[in-house]
Parts: sequence; structure tokens; C-alpha cells
Amino acid sequence: MTKKPLLEIKNLHVHYITNEGTVQAINDLNLELYPGETLGLVGETGAGKTTTALAMMRLVPNPPGKIVSGEVLYKGKNLVEMKEADLRKIRGNQISMIFQDPMTSLNPIMTVGDQIREGIMLHQKVDKATATKRAMDMLEVVGIPMERYDEYPHQFSGGMKQRVVIAISLSCNPEILIADEPTTALDVTIQAQVLQLMENLKVEFDTSMLMITHDLGVVAKVCDHVAIMYAGTVIEHAQKHKLYRTPKHPYTIGLFESIPNVHETTERLKPIIGLMPDPTDLPTGCTFHPRCPHAMDICKVEFPEVTHLSDEHWVRCHLYPADKEVE
Amino acid sequence: MEKKNNTPAPTQQVAQKRNQWKEVWRRLRQNKMAMVGLAILIILALAAIFADVIAPNGFDNQVIKDRFQTPNSTHWFGTDNLGRGVFDRVIHGARVSLSIGIISVSIAIVFGGLLGALAGFYGGRVDNVIMRSMDILLAIPSILLAISIVSALGGGLFNVMLAVGISSIPGYARIVRASVITLKGQEFIEAARAIGANDSRIIMKHIIPNSLAPIIVQGTLGVAGAILSAAGLSFIGLGLSPPNPEWGAMLSGGRDYIRDHMHMTLFPGLMIMATIFALNLLGDGLRDALDPKLKN
Repeated sequence: MTKKPLLEIKNLHVHYITNEGTVQAINDLNLELYPGETLGLVGETGAGKTTTALAMMRLVPNPPGKIVSGEVLYKGKNLVEMKEADLRKIRGNQISMIFQDPMTSLNPIMTVGDQIREGIMLHQKVDKATATKRAMDMLEVVGIPMERYDEYPHQFSGGMKQRVVIAISLSCNPEILIADEPTTALDVTIQAQVLQLMENLKVEFDTSMLMITHDLGVVAKVCDHVAIMYAGTVIEHAQKHKLYRTPKHPYTIGLFESIPNVHETTERLKPIIGLMPDPTDLPTGCTFHPRCPHAMDICKVEFPEVTHLSDEHWVRCHLYPADKEVE
Repeated sequence: MEKKNNTPAPTQQVAQKRNQWKEVWRRLRQNKMAMVGLAILIILALAAIFADVIAPNGFDNQVIKDRFQTPNSTHWFGTDNLGRGVFDRVIHGARVSLSIGIISVSIAIVFGGLLGALAGFYGGRVDNVIMRSMDILLAIPSILLAISIVSALGGGLFNVMLAVGISSIPGYARIVRASVITLKGQEFIEAARAIGANDSRIIMKHIIPNSLAPIIVQGTLGVAGAILSAAGLSFIGLGLSPPNPEWGAMLSGGRDYIRDHMHMTLFPGLMIMATIFALNLLGDGLRDALDPKLKN
């Protein structure tokens, strides 16, 4: 591998400490994001996708959330140990985020234009007029006439609000764009538009993107690489085509088997038996073993290490001999 | 960091942005009741500023032979027990009462608002320390608190404002804290943090403007309360000293004669009422004008 990852998460653990117990939201998570690529982070509700995204900008609400251990390396700098003031210079400027629900992620009493301008003024040393001009340009970029600069979020439809949010997140030309289920709150026709827009802008602004979703269709449309998350850890990481053609982890295989295929006649879909484990009380060993059709004795005891199957395809499963055992 | 340069097509219209306050003013103007309130307040304020012109006799022109006159052509609001024109005193009193009402409420809103915002925003220990001290203040009846502050600092206009202001801080702190706590969990605050805004910016730009509506309502009502508290202080002799006209003091001064000479209490009372009425109308209108969701 010659490319160096732009952002790398190493053995990250994030816990939410509550009165009812410790929620182990992220367990030993590894992730790499390369320059210019779109990485899809896929998982069920509660798998820790959003927490991962927040941890990447160190925005995990504390308390109750706590980054227990691990590193988030952005261009070699560890964001977990960075000073808050330095971190603020990165947030929004070099790494920015699109939130799930555009209805609530805009300030209801600030005009949309001012909200775009806020980020520009925070990070770029420009005067108000220049920033306003640039904010107007950003509105045009996302397909909203700039005459609407002075309007408030409630005067926009959901899809347009999400465009505004995208404009805010791209206003400082970030290196990394984290999109946390950007289309979940939108209806299907608007979803397609917004995804198309994001894809175009990603190329135009030369940004790497982390696309968080639970929709494998969205992944197929926009992503280059895919990471499958289960119970707070990435269990399989591969190029999109590899993952779709030859999924390796039993959970990934299960996911694909539970999607209806229009080209085949199948009597019944094969769902994955069981539910996501309770994050306050995770199973021992591999967290997937109670639901795994191939569970072995070792799965109950030992958390599997990373196995590289090929250059950009790795998996965490005892079915495949771990890297160090091969050597 | 090297920035990529991909400015989109230049736009012909250069940043020509409508002023947000102009927008608020435009919406306020559409509200007739608010404009009535504003008109009354402007009249009162002008009366206070030009008191010497409107009521050239001054507030302490005692003409004993003219005492207890009912309203007539020379003394529009009648005269009091010392033969001073009630009209003259009411006009001069506007200076004192309006400034007490507005300044003491401003003190309370600024400090109460800030403390409440800090408590709600940071939570935990900060919240505990601030709100428990507020509880201590709340535990003492506000008039008693004002009395003790005035007796410690001495009388005089400014000390009265301070005393009345301090004793109403806890109320504002509680209101602001409650709305800040609900706001804090909103996604747009998280989003503001994600674009790199720091705490003070988030509080000043996103949280306080969003929690303004209840403060404005409470504040306009509070002006009335402040005028009355100041009156209470004057009544027990801790506020302004007697010859100074102050609506509350005039009310309590006329109390002994209310049976036979009710004009002595009626007119200062009407002035307080008009002020409060006007402030409430304006406050309601302002709240609506500041809320973009109610636009048109």
C-alpha cells in the first residue's frame, strides 16, 4: 500500500458511563480513510456509527461519553490528545460534519446565509462582506438561489435544509467530510438528489468523505470503500466491489442475504437470527458469536484480530487465520 | 493548510444584505397593539426628559393655601396635602420611576441571564454552585432582600435600582437556565460545535438569542414589579427621600387621604398602569417580531 491514510482510527474505545452501567459504544475500532475516497460506514442502529463520527472530531458528549483509549490520527496528529483550541481550528475547517436531521441541525432564528457565513468567518480571515459573498456563492453551489440568503430555516423544505447544511460543511473546503446518515430524514426522491449533489461536490471540492448509513443501496451508489460495523467495531473493511461480490464475515454475508434481489426468485429472505447485543453487556469473545452460524469454541473466548485477506480487504473473524498466525 | 481554490461563478449582486434589525422593526410595525405601547412609552419618556418644560413649577412647589384641590384648570391632576401639583410631581416622577424600572430590570436580566446561561450550559458543579446561591437569594423574600441591601449601601436612586435589581436576579436565572437546558441538547448546538465555534460564541450567538422570548416577557412584567418594589422601599423610608417625586412614593403618600382626596393616589397609579400596559404590549409585539417563525 503506497497511499497514506488521511485519517486513521486505531484501537478506539468509547464508553458512555451512565448510572445504569457502562455502555461500550465503541470497542477496539480500526478505520482508515484515504485521500479522495468515500468510505461507507455501515451498521445497524446502535452499532456505534454516530459515536464513531463524533469521536473523529472529539465531539462525544462528555459526560456521559468518554474516549477511553485509542488514537484518531489526522495527518499524523492525534486528535484525542489535542488541545481544545487547536481542535476548534480543525473542526469545520479541515474536518466537517453533516448531521442526520436537517430539521434540527440549523439554528431556527438565524438566517441560513448567516449560518453559512459563521463557519467562514470562524476559520478564514476575511471581512464580513467577503464572507457574506462567499456564503451566497455557497448557496448557489448547492442549488439554492442566493436571494434566499436572508430567509430562515423554517421557510425551507427538508431537502433544501439539507443542502444548506451541506453548504455550511463545505464552506471552508474541508479535507474530510463526515456525513452522518445525511439522507435518512429525507424522502426517497430527495435522497437521490442530495446524494447526487454530495457526490458532485465531493469531486468538485476534492474532499474525502465518510458516509455513515445503514442503507447498502446508498453505499453502492456513492462509496469506494466500505466498513461494516457491528457492536462498536469494524468487522470487515473492503473495496466496495470486493465486499459486494465476496463478503467474508458471516455478519456481512447475512446482511446481503437479507436484501431482496430483483434478479432471482427466492422464496424467503434469510434474516440474521437474533438481535444486536446489549452494549452494556456485550458477549465475551467475538461479539457476533451468539448469532453466528459458524460459531466455534474459540469465538466465545477470544476477540478476533484483524486478518488481511488482500491489500484493501480485512476482516475480524476466527474463520480466517489472523495476520500474525500466518507469518 | 493549502486551500483549494474553486470559487464558483462570480455573482453580479454583491453582498447586499438586509439588516436583521430593520426586519424586526418592519414586523413590529405591523403589530398595531405594539405600536400603541411604543407610542405610550415614547410619550412617557418625552415627558420625563422635558419635565422641566411641561411642568415648570417643579416637584416641590408647596403652596399650602392650595392644598387638596380636586383637578381643575390650573392644577390638572389636583394638588396634594402640601399644595404641590400632582401633575407636576407625576411628570417629574416619570424620570425617577422609569429609570428605576428599566435600569433595575436591566441589571437583573444581564446578571440573571448570564448566570442562568452558564449554569444551564455547563451543568454539573457550576450549575450547582450558581443555582444554590440563587436558591439562597430566593429563600429571602425579595422586598426583605432589597431592604437589607439598601440599608447596607444607603438610600439614593442608584442603590435602590441595585437593590431591586439584585433581588430579582434569581427569577431570570431560573428562566434562562431552563430554556438553555432544553436548547443545549438540540442538534444545531452540536452542529455549531462541529464547525469549530467555541463555548462563548455558542452561548452568545446560538443559545441566548434562542432563549430571548421568555426573558422579554418576564422583563416587561418585571419593570412593573420593579417600580412597585421601589415604591415599597420609599414607603418604609429606605428609598428616595420624601420631596423627590416617585410614583410609588406618591401612591403611599396619598394612601392616608384616599377616602376624601383620591386624585392623590389615582394619578400616580394610572401612570404606573399606563407604563406597565405599554410595556406589556410592546413586549408581546417584540417577542413576536423577534421570532422569525411567526413572520407575517
